[in-house]
Amino acid sequence: MFERTELNARNDRTQALVKVLFGVMTVLLALPVLIILGMLVVRGGPMISWEFLTADPTNGMTEGGIYPALVGTIWLVSVALLISVPIGIAAALYLSEYARDTWMTRAINLAIINLAGVPSIVHALFGVGAFVLFFKFGTSILAASLTLAIMTLPVVIVATRESLQAVPHEFREACWNMGATRWQTIRRIVLPNSISGILTGVILEVSRTAGETAPIMFTGAAMFLPFLPQSVMDQTMALSLHLFAISTQVTDVPEELPYGVALVLIGLVLALNAVSIGFRTWLRGRKKW
Amino acid sequence: MVATSTTSKVSVRDLTIRYGQNAVLRNASFEIPENEIFGIIGPAGSGKTSFLRALNRMDEFTPGMSVDGSITLDGKDVQTWRNLYALRRRIGVVFPLPVGLPLSVYGNVALSPRLRGMKRPDLDDIVERCLRRAALWDEVKDRLDALGSLLSGGQQQRLTIARALSQEPDLLLLDEFSIAVDPVTTMRIEDVLKELKKEVTIVLVTNLVQQARRLASRTAFFLNGECVEVGETEELFTGTVQDQRTRDYVEGRFG
Repeated sequence: MFERTELNARNDRTQALVKVLFGVMTVLLALPVLIILGMLVVRGGPMISWEFLTADPTNGMTEGGIYPALVGTIWLVSVALLISVPIGIAAALYLSEYARDTWMTRAINLAIINLAGVPSIVHALFGVGAFVLFFKFGTSILAASLTLAIMTLPVVIVATRESLQAVPHEFREACWNMGATRWQTIRRIVLPNSISGILTGVILEVSRTAGETAPIMFTGAAMFLPFLPQSVMDQTMALSLHLFAISTQVTDVPEELPYGVALVLIGLVLALNAVSIGFRTWLRGRKKW
Repeated sequence: MVATSTTSKVSVRDLTIRYGQNAVLRNASFEIPENEIFGIIGPAGSGKTSFLRALNRMDEFTPGMSVDGSITLDGKDVQTWRNLYALRRRIGVVFPLPVGLPLSVYGNVALSPRLRGMKRPDLDDIVERCLRRAALWDEVKDRLDALGSLLSGGQQQRLTIARALSQEPDLLLLDEFSIAVDPVTTMRIEDVLKELKKEVTIVLVTNLVQQARRLASRTAFFLNGECVEVGETEELFTGTVQDQRTRDYVEGRFG
């Protein structure tokens, strides 16, 4: 009765095969990441020095450092965050906590999903039309950051809405039953228990904007501008555009230089991610249910 | 308009509750007297919880829920009540499963007073008073800062009763509160309720007909969205009943 049948054997063989196949896929997935990081560290690592980070580029961007580009990227990402986070969180709160399920909210949700699917070059052209020309911000950090902000808004909204929905509905019901208003319920119960997810989701996703090139290219980033921006109305250099420039537009660039720039850019993004993951771990430790 | 007797806390007239097209309670009419425990018994899906939701005006938060007929609280129709938040503050609700809000024991009980703008030290007083009335104070007085959800199930249910009391309600709705509570704790809570009914009108929705018999002076029997019978609780068990289904249910022949 308990003898192995041909069917058992076949099932076992299939099982083993499938497991190996999926395992190989998973390793293949990790491979490009490891290769990219390895290449960057091996070839760009020697470029990194305090001077590289804090000096202006010289000699037609073939020598010197990347200070203005590094500062410029931090400017662009910070201003974009300042714009998209409050708007995105407010919109997500409305959609998740206030809006009824009507054709209107469905249309808005659809628009958000579609906004996320718009290619970044289209966002760039919109940014030129809307912020640079129509609102007359000129090519400036403000125009570029607004473009970045609009591009990241759907991501902020979706991340926030998911964190809000993760708070059990019965908490809201219990609170409403007490005579709390929707806002009191949000303020006392919903937000304190979703803020960790909101913030980390937002930082995690928005840190990706550090690498965006197309949206800032026509709206506020300059190829070569060895000064620091004084206000949001100035143009600025940016790491991503700098990398593009020295890789494709400038001749006689030492071979290692782009690797160094790329390493700094990816390091900046990873540092932001590390901060947000650390923050999330800390907040999760204080989770209350 | 039928004149409501002066001792009625809640009057229900021709109440019909629908979710979309589906009526879960039809043409129910009964009176809930003041400072008594009023029992509502009946099998699952008979409209008991929907009645509580209508009374508390939770239809505002429930898409598709519609209420016809009238429910009056102290002679005022809850359908036309202007300040729903004030209405809900007067009505404390205890759910079948204890909903420990993600706050400390203290924070759970202090939430409603805080929403009304109360500050320490008044807050300390009301927290202690409500925990004492819910027979929980002695067990939690040394760990008021612990999370409410770390208490045992029975303690959490008493915590939600304390939380409901912190609203200083004059009407307390209990929806099958003993479903997740052991029999000993159930008895303790029942003792608490017997004390409370001196000051608060209590509506006790329960699956346990014997619990209704122990606590309720009057009881309504709901079946499949119909309010079959309302009367003195003992009458339903031993006296003459208008509808044979009532006697069948309380004697456990179906349901």
